[in-house]
Amino acid sequence: MPARNFASTRYSGLNEITAANIAQLRLAWTFSTGVTRGHEAAPLVVGNTMYVVTPFPNLLYALDLTQPGAPLKWTYKPDPALASQGVACCDLVNRGAAYFDGKIYYNTLDAHTVAVDGKTGKEVWKTKVGDISKGESITMAPLVVKGKVLVGNSGGEFGVRGWLTALDAKSGKLAWRAYHTGPDKDVLIGTRFKPFYPQDRGKDLGVSTWPGDAWKIGGGGSWGWISYDPELDLIYYGTSNPGPWNPDVRPGDNKWTAGIFARDPSNGEAVWAYQWSPHDVFDHDGINEQILLDLPIKGQTRKVLVRPERNGYIYVLDRTTGEVLSADPYGYITTSKGVDLKTGRLIEVPEKATRTGKVVREVCPAAPGTKDWQPSSYSPRTGWLYIPHQNLCEDVEGVEANYIEGTPYVATIVKMYAGPGGNRGVLTAWDPIRRKAVWEIKEKFPVWSGTVVTAGDVVFYGTMEGWFKALDARSGAELWRFKTGSGIIGQPIVYRGPDKKEYVAVLSGVGGWAGAVVAGGLDIRDSSAALGFVNAMKDLPQATTKGGMLYVFALP
Amino acid sequence: MCLRCRRRAGIAILLALVACKREERAFHGLPPANSLSKPPVREIDLIPGTPHRPDSVPNPYEGNAYAVSQGKTLYNAWNCSGCHFQGGGGIGPPLMDADWIYGSRPENVFESIAEGRPNGMPSFGGKIVPDQIWQIAAYVRSMSGLLRKDVAPGRDDAMQVRPQEQSTTKAKPVQSAIPKSAELP
Repeated sequence: MPARNFASTRYSGLNEITAANIAQLRLAWTFSTGVTRGHEAAPLVVGNTMYVVTPFPNLLYALDLTQPGAPLKWTYKPDPALASQGVACCDLVNRGAAYFDGKIYYNTLDAHTVAVDGKTGKEVWKTKVGDISKGESITMAPLVVKGKVLVGNSGGEFGVRGWLTALDAKSGKLAWRAYHTGPDKDVLIGTRFKPFYPQDRGKDLGVSTWPGDAWKIGGGGSWGWISYDPELDLIYYGTSNPGPWNPDVRPGDNKWTAGIFARDPSNGEAVWAYQWSPHDVFDHDGINEQILLDLPIKGQTRKVLVRPERNGYIYVLDRTTGEVLSADPYGYITTSKGVDLKTGRLIEVPEKATRTGKVVREVCPAAPGTKDWQPSSYSPRTGWLYIPHQNLCEDVEGVEANYIEGTPYVATIVKMYAGPGGNRGVLTAWDPIRRKAVWEIKEKFPVWSGTVVTAGDVVFYGTMEGWFKALDARSGAELWRFKTGSGIIGQPIVYRGPDKKEYVAVLSGVGGWAGAVVAGGLDIRDSSAALGFVNAMKDLPQATTKGGMLYVFALP
Repeated sequence: MCLRCRRRAGIAILLALVACKREERAFHGLPPANSLSKPPVREIDLIPGTPHRPDSVPNPYEGNAYAVSQGKTLYNAWNCSGCHFQGGGGIGPPLMDADWIYGSRPENVFESIAEGRPNGMPSFGGKIVPDQIWQIAAYVRSMSGLLRKDVAPGRDDAMQVRPQEQSTTKAKPVQSAIPKSAELP
């Protein structure tokens, strides 16, 4: 799985590469993917094979790690519908594959899940899980838990009805589907459902917190990360923004969008839920990674999940109950004044809310939040999180919302720009116990890549200019850098090769929402292009060009 | 007449002349076709057999500021802006630049809207009446400065995010070799 383990720590126990020898780290081999859209995936190493999933058209390459230069073993082509490109909000990305029981599982942009034989590259099954004509697509990496492939839809910008689905890993048949809006029976809320806060208790809140039938087109997909606690036997994952972004047409808390669910993986039953941003008015999806840790809090060891959230706060939740233990800002925030730990509610700033026909300025964080999809890592050696994120604000205005199936349902004009300091990207080392940043690295562009941290106390990440960098996990000092061919927005991984050496791999290939200006060849004269992200990235076309390439590094 | 007075008179005459060159409104102009796929749409000039350059189908709405303004309203109302934004693109390609994947002529633009295109452009034929598709097509061409300045829109109803259409420099249409979104290996 891209997150390395069920707790999603992205921590590698390998310690061959350290501050002492990293100066000798050099390119071992490369591989061109032939695809030019944004490469957000993590390569996956299983045994002696590396698997690489590309952005649309979602090719799967298998590379033989036992041979010099890792030659191609086979390519699997799922041939996703060309038309699916028209329902992908933010470039044609894919966040990677998962391995289970000899098979590689991943999703295609046209809302199919495939299982491919890891040895032969033959398709085992392919299941249609969503409908592009309703605006559904899939970009997330699935997680396989207890023989079930967990998959969620994208389309919060197309008025989809969000869901998480479990497919039987052997047959590809639907095991269960939990919707994120609508009546309790669809949300799989039953007798086991015990949310911590009173506002989340009651019958059919997924209907009553919406006007009329708006829940049917209310968004709340799950295109991000899923974690699993085998001991509690619960999965954790977030839900996306409500649709449309313009909140005036959907008064109410809009449950269960921009929130998080704990569910039983065997039948999907909800155990608890919580909303990061009830009635979200900024596109602050709640789909980021949750890192499952056992932390000492007020003298007790608590089973927590740590969530650097899009709305600007790092939440620590008790993962058995859903109680918010703390929520601390890790970026510049004007849209809220903190989280009320008694009620669990975000304390909103009403004058910053998006409104129809009114331009609101200095809205921070902007729509992509203080952090978007790009996953953090956690080192048990330092006890810190390494959070790749951005520093963006925006001007925003709501406009008339027209729902037309299969077309965007956003109804908001956005114009983003750098937050205070002018640096659009940040990498923050965060101490979840002391609840504060230990050090920060400022980057010119958003840090849209993931991070990985090793037992050698090295943190790897990439920049949108194309630099692949290594930092000292304790001091944050830069130890090493390499310029790749295109901007990096992928998830770096660290693995042990068949020769027992430690390798570091990353996909280079700019794109994603932040890099759409380059990947999609957009026109920078329109500040609202790509949902307003172009205004903040007008200088990216000078800094990088597109093109997907895998880079693998090792010590000599 | 003093020199200054003469100059003033000259300026006055010049202003009067400029003022006279106003938009000619085609009040009775009808769009070229009321049915959807009638215009002779060709995306390329290479045609086998007898040499024949297809004639462009004029869109009378392109000389009518009111119709172009209607086109702009419809462009937003039909969620064209949801993918192409105010011309810069995002989910769909930019419309304010010089690159045209499926042709820049009025009938090409009409056809793209009515019939859709394979890499994600939905087909709006049967949803939007042909007259209004012609209005949207006229507005789309104004986004890259292909319409007369006195016809192209000069302001937005919402937050201004791009140079006004009427002050956009004319981008000489270039045939884009391949949709940027469809560069398959």
